[in-house]
Amino acid sequence: MAENNKQVKIHVSHLKKSFGELEVLKDVSIDIHEGEVVVILGPSGSGKSTFLRCLNRLEEITDGTVIVDGYDITDKKTDINKVRENVGMVFQLFNLFNNLDVMGNMMLAPTELKKATKEEARETAMRLLKRVGLADKAEAYPAQLSGGQKQRVAIARALAMNPDIMLFDEPTSALDPEMVGEVLQVMQGLAKEGMTMVVVTHEIGFAREVATRVIFMEGGYIVEQGTPDEVINHPKEPRTIDFLSKVL
Amino acid sequence: MLLKILSTYGPLLLEAMGQTLLLALCGLFFACILGLIFGLLSVLKSRVCNIISTIFVDIIRGVPMIVLAFFIYFGFPQFVSSSLGIKNFTLSALQAGTIALALNCGAYMAEIIRAGIQSVDKGQMEAARSLGLPYWKAMRKVVLPQAIRTMIPSIINQFIITLKDTSILSVIGFPELVNTAKNVVANTMRSSEVWFIVGVMYLIVITILSRFAKIMERRINRGRE
Ligand SMILES: Nc1ncnc2c1ncn2[C@@H]1O[C@H](COP(=O)(O)OP(=O)(O)OP(=O)(O)O)[C@@H](O)[C@H]1O
Ligand SMILES: [Mg+2]
Repeated sequence: MAENNKQVKIHVSHLKKSFGELEVLKDVSIDIHEGEVVVILGPSGSGKSTFLRCLNRLEEITDGTVIVDGYDITDKKTDINKVRENVGMVFQLFNLFNNLDVMGNMMLAPTELKKATKEEARETAMRLLKRVGLADKAEAYPAQLSGGQKQRVAIARALAMNPDIMLFDEPTSALDPEMVGEVLQVMQGLAKEGMTMVVVTHEIGFAREVATRVIFMEGGYIVEQGTPDEVINHPKEPRTIDFLSKVL
Repeated sequence: MLLKILSTYGPLLLEAMGQTLLLALCGLFFACILGLIFGLLSVLKSRVCNIISTIFVDIIRGVPMIVLAFFIYFGFPQFVSSSLGIKNFTLSALQAGTIALALNCGAYMAEIIRAGIQSVDKGQMEAARSLGLPYWKAMRKVVLPQAIRTMIPSIINQFIITLKDTSILSVIGFPELVNTAKNVVANTMRSSEVWFIVGVMYLIVITILSRFAKIMERRINRGRE
């Protein structure tokens, strides 16, 4: 693949994840290079979220190796908090801190983790809020924002830590249709700037336009992967064809 | 007669009410600390911590406070001097009363705090952790502030219960309101008036507390919207 000369940002080999008896990820291996935008498609329950959450160890990894940004996060000795500082995550339900206003949400991690002084953090926050078009909402509380606005703040909050990698778990699934566009637009901008992104989504249009690689997951395996054209327009695996025929 | 008792024994009863409040405050202070410790132990992802917390709560809930008070005031010093060989170990009624109240109220506070923390959406902790915040920072800056909002009405309610429970500690001779009132009754032989006065005194203090709780609750809910 063309990205092969670039640095490997995420290396996953033989990743397995079980919840008790239930084996959700059975054997997943993948390398993701700097600047790639990997979109993960797959039916509900196929383990997409679980896979994403293993990449910053929000889920304990049962077996296999996951190396993120050069850190082996399957190694118990790795300071996972240090790794997470460089890996932003955006959730389906936004998860803005309800006790803090937008500014507080943006400044909490950079200041608490001594990444920036209060003034620097405030400046960065304002710059990022402008970028996502919400400079006028700095003082608003999450409850006063629309879904699309919340998600844009959530993206900006993750960016405030100046991450190398961004993970998105169905960032537009909880949004009213008219708000999906504004969030995808921000994500597209990030992709253009060369952010390494892993995105779980059902937005086939986004996958087609923005992804450098599309992965189809089912039953705890990567069933098929390739360029958007290969996977979405000319899928080879029957299960991919079946899935796409339902969502397209 | 009521007025005569009031004028003669009023100051004494007021002072006893002061002692009641002192005991309640001491008990509540340590109950908050115990509640926080055991409440947090019960939400940690460690089985051992959860079990320690459960055992504490179950024991305290399963033993009447009057038994607890007797044990701490009489039994515990005896145990210390006979088993550990420390002579002349005693607890004052205030000390023993504070411990009994703190243990009793602390167990209920632990439950309130556990429920409060669990009422905060898991996504809040996950989002904080995903930014690189350590567990305790995330707890302190994100989860607890939200948990406390939901806990305040229950905590004030528990405060009221604890205030009333101080009367149980009359059995170990602490000069709180009920104990003092018993002496007044013995002196005056006027049960009806004395207990009426004492009842009204409790009622006034607790009504003030409840009103305060209502106001706090309304404030919190207003902030929600
Ligand atoms: N914490 C958990 N405990 C037990 N089982 C879980 C847990 N999280 C996920 N699972 C199970 O793992 C399987 C995969 O879940 P996952 O959320 O990764 O799927 P998904 O592909 O993201 O689906 P969706 O499109 O519905 O979000 C499901 O069967 C789910 O019930
Ligand atoms: Mg999911």
